[in-house]
Amino acid sequence: MAKVQLPEAPSRARVNEFAIKLANVNGTGSASTNNLLMQTIFRMGVPVSGKNLFPSNIQGLPTWYEVRVSQSGHTARTASFDLMVAMNGQTYQQDIGEVAPGGYLVYDDSWPLDPEMRRSDITFLGAPLAQLCAQRFNTVKERILMKNVATAGLVAALLALPVDELSKQLVAAYSRRPQLLEDNQAALQLGYQYALENFPCPLPFHVEQMGAPDGRILIDGNTAVALGAVFAGATVGAWYPITPATSVMENFIRLCSQYRRRPGPDGREVNDYLILQAEDELAALGIVVGASWAGARAFTSTSGPGLSLMQELLGLAYYTEVPAVLVDVQRAGPSTGMPTRVQQADLLSAAFASHGDTRHILLFPSDPRECFLHTVQAFDLAERFQTPVLVMSDLDIGMNDWEVPELTWDDSYRPDRGRLLSPEELERLEHFWRYGDPDPEWTTPRAVPGETPRAGHLVRGSGHDLRAVYTERPDEYQEVVDRLLRKHRAAAQHLPPPVVELHEGAPFGVITMGSCDLAVREALEQLPGPAPSYLRVTGYPFPAAVAEFMAAHPHCYVVEQNRDGQLRSLLLIETGFGGERLRPVLSYGGLPITASFIRDRILEQESPQ
Amino acid sequence: MTSIAKPQIPLLPLERNQLGLTIRDYSGSMSTLCAGCGHDSVTAAIQEALWGLSIAPYQVAKLSGIGCSSKTPQYFDSAAVGFNSVHGRMAAVASGAAAANRDLVVVGVSGDGDSLSIGLGNLAHAIRRNVRMLYVIANNGVYGLTKGQFSASADIGSRSRKGEPNLLPPVDPMLLGLSLGATFLARGFSGDKAQLVPILKAGLSHGGFALVDVISPCVQFNDHEGSTKSFRYVREHELQDIDADIIPVRGQIHSEQTPGSVTEVELHDGSRVLFRAVPEGYDPRDRVRVGSYLVESARRGEIATGLLYLDETTPDMHQVSATTQDRLWDLPFDRLCPGSAELAKFQARLR
Repeated sequence: MAKVQLPEAPSRARVNEFAIKLANVNGTGSASTNNLLMQTIFRMGVPVSGKNLFPSNIQGLPTWYEVRVSQSGHTARTASFDLMVAMNGQTYQQDIGEVAPGGYLVYDDSWPLDPEMRRSDITFLGAPLAQLCAQRFNTVKERILMKNVATAGLVAALLALPVDELSKQLVAAYSRRPQLLEDNQAALQLGYQYALENFPCPLPFHVEQMGAPDGRILIDGNTAVALGAVFAGATVGAWYPITPATSVMENFIRLCSQYRRRPGPDGREVNDYLILQAEDELAALGIVVGASWAGARAFTSTSGPGLSLMQELLGLAYYTEVPAVLVDVQRAGPSTGMPTRVQQADLLSAAFASHGDTRHILLFPSDPRECFLHTVQAFDLAERFQTPVLVMSDLDIGMNDWEVPELTWDDSYRPDRGRLLSPEELERLEHFWRYGDPDPEWTTPRAVPGETPRAGHLVRGSGHDLRAVYTERPDEYQEVVDRLLRKHRAAAQHLPPPVVELHEGAPFGVITMGSCDLAVREALEQLPGPAPSYLRVTGYPFPAAVAEFMAAHPHCYVVEQNRDGQLRSLLLIETGFGGERLRPVLSYGGLPITASFIRDRILEQESPQ
Repeated sequence: MTSIAKPQIPLLPLERNQLGLTIRDYSGSMSTLCAGCGHDSVTAAIQEALWGLSIAPYQVAKLSGIGCSSKTPQYFDSAAVGFNSVHGRMAAVASGAAAANRDLVVVGVSGDGDSLSIGLGNLAHAIRRNVRMLYVIANNGVYGLTKGQFSASADIGSRSRKGEPNLLPPVDPMLLGLSLGATFLARGFSGDKAQLVPILKAGLSHGGFALVDVISPCVQFNDHEGSTKSFRYVREHELQDIDADIIPVRGQIHSEQTPGSVTEVELHDGSRVLFRAVPEGYDPRDRVRVGSYLVESARRGEIATGLLYLDETTPDMHQVSATTQDRLWDLPFDRLCPGSAELAKFQARLR
């Protein structure tokens, strides 16, 4: 077969600065291709991100994987692709449309491509991968699986990735299954060699080694949360499976079995943890509340629908002042919404979860590293302030691999158990009033069941006085709920500090949270004129710095991933500023936000037509 | 304020248990339930069972949901730390407490609405998990706090105080428990403390989830003619076929009589239960036979009471999970945190 003749297209010689997208059918093993490519680029020391856009389905529906390579560190999602690897006939039309002018599209020309679909401004590279795999492999299943690995080989050649590195990864993955390893290696070479012989390799945009990825790791947020829970000393986990939070507890199970098992008295292994897969999210949080009440560090992980079910128990924990850690890996709502798509749309329902006057502590991690740090801190905050703490992760952070600085741990760390009194401390007290004698941050002494007769009391979700005794008296009731509000405010200064970057002469400020961070930073670089100031809120209640930032700018843009501007609303509620001060920039289609979207929305509002 | 301290009137010298405590040391504040409420007898029976087994009052974790019965933890064992949680969720909250501290004596008190309607799911799965706890349903077939609606345990044809018949079939916690793999099922009557106290003691000594359904008539809303949960109806229809006596590890035998047909089952803590079964061939360890016995007696309009089913061989939640014998909640931190060196090692795979 002759080499493809290149049409005259603008040169896109952008080494280490491009994006590719792989279109596939889910349930065919395409994840292995994605991981091979992502890992290889990461190990070449080039900043990279991978976004898995998958359907809420097990087999047969379209799935995509987007890889952005950016030596300048812009690894937020982009919507423009230099190379499309279109391996799913169902989505050709859409996939061809997403290629940037001058870009390339690889497809399987075992079957002809409808000439109607061709575009003259991009290069089509056809490779008969299905035919090649059919010749080399015997069973249908093998052919399907191996086509993915062949695709990886092909892309490696196009992007100048070292095929040896891919090969090494296959050895690591299949060292115990020699036949499978041999097949994988053969498939890799099949694709690699075909591309070298038939395509203009490497493409103008490709990867060049930048040195080892020193001090950096590739990790997803859900694994990082689970690590945080292990390191913080959580011993009880309760959960109900839900996309995209499931892998939080699955990782916690895996890590606990690795780090928390020891030989028991009879030689059999015993566990220093207990994880319960509950019957529903109500029970999951109920178990967490019960375990925390009895003194354990306990947590649950969930997503929007689960958070809705947990509302009543969140109110219970708030009012009875029982610690609880909840990790909400947010997905697109409302209702079932789009379970495999991202949003930051649980903000308000989390901040005020439950009926009556309730307020919770929220943390907003922006990447997996912060997922780890915030999870550890969530346990400390929950115990110190004797209240639920919600770690507001999202699907993008939780389920995608992110490149972040290596996690570190201070071995002198000890859990902050707040005012959890020991039997000796209880003995020394003149009296034990569960909701009396507040400290300067409005927390009160706490005692767990089973320790001492000095601590007898009955906590209740019904109206109670300082001694936890039932009351319907306005003054007694109000004394408790007023203190709860003060306690919530006092927590602000203990949350992770917001990220504030003030610029002299900034025309406006930009406020965001969580996984918007990278896209917002990239957008700010693209805006003309004097640099705007930047604020990333990292938790709720907001510290004073947030209102100060708003006061320092004539107006601010609030960038978030939901329809209703929930962060903007929360900022307005808490700071008392008028709505005109905060202009919404809202992305809520379910795909991770992009810099170009943010830039364009800000430009539109700065210079209206 | 609706929590009233009890007057401490000196009585005759009270009997002391092995801890040197009297029944008074297991009391709580004054009940605010209606005069004559069956639940107060349940409270008294729980108190007596705890005292009789010489359980230190503070070792108890008492929990409840919402409803009349769920108010009762206030009325016993005020030295314990308790949790009056939300409607229907007590089983889950208690599961968590039992998970965190396996040394706690977990006592849950709930009602038929709390357990068999709103909380049916949580109850069912706590049974499946075999959480080690005593779970008492004070069952009156009616919603008392909201003034007289039928609950899920109301029998078909049973009439409300206004004369409305209940048209839906009842949830029988005993049959439910049998189908879910429950390991301890007993039914008592709040009007029969002599039977109830040994049942509760056996439940407290059981190595798993002890479900005790106590028919506890509501004197306000369900104690009239036409109700099948009235004092009179239960007295007339109660079938005390299966009598059980518990012999605590250190305690004395409560019933000196051990007539002919006796089945003995050893409990988790070494106590033994002696079953004196009247019906021919009744075996409290045979799930199928117990099930058909319950169905048949219900068909005859009889309420079978006693310790109906006991399985001391199924592992409890902690055994299933191979949890350490130590309490999870205060494990030393160095046993829990892998430390910086392990974190670095873990991340080597992520580079």
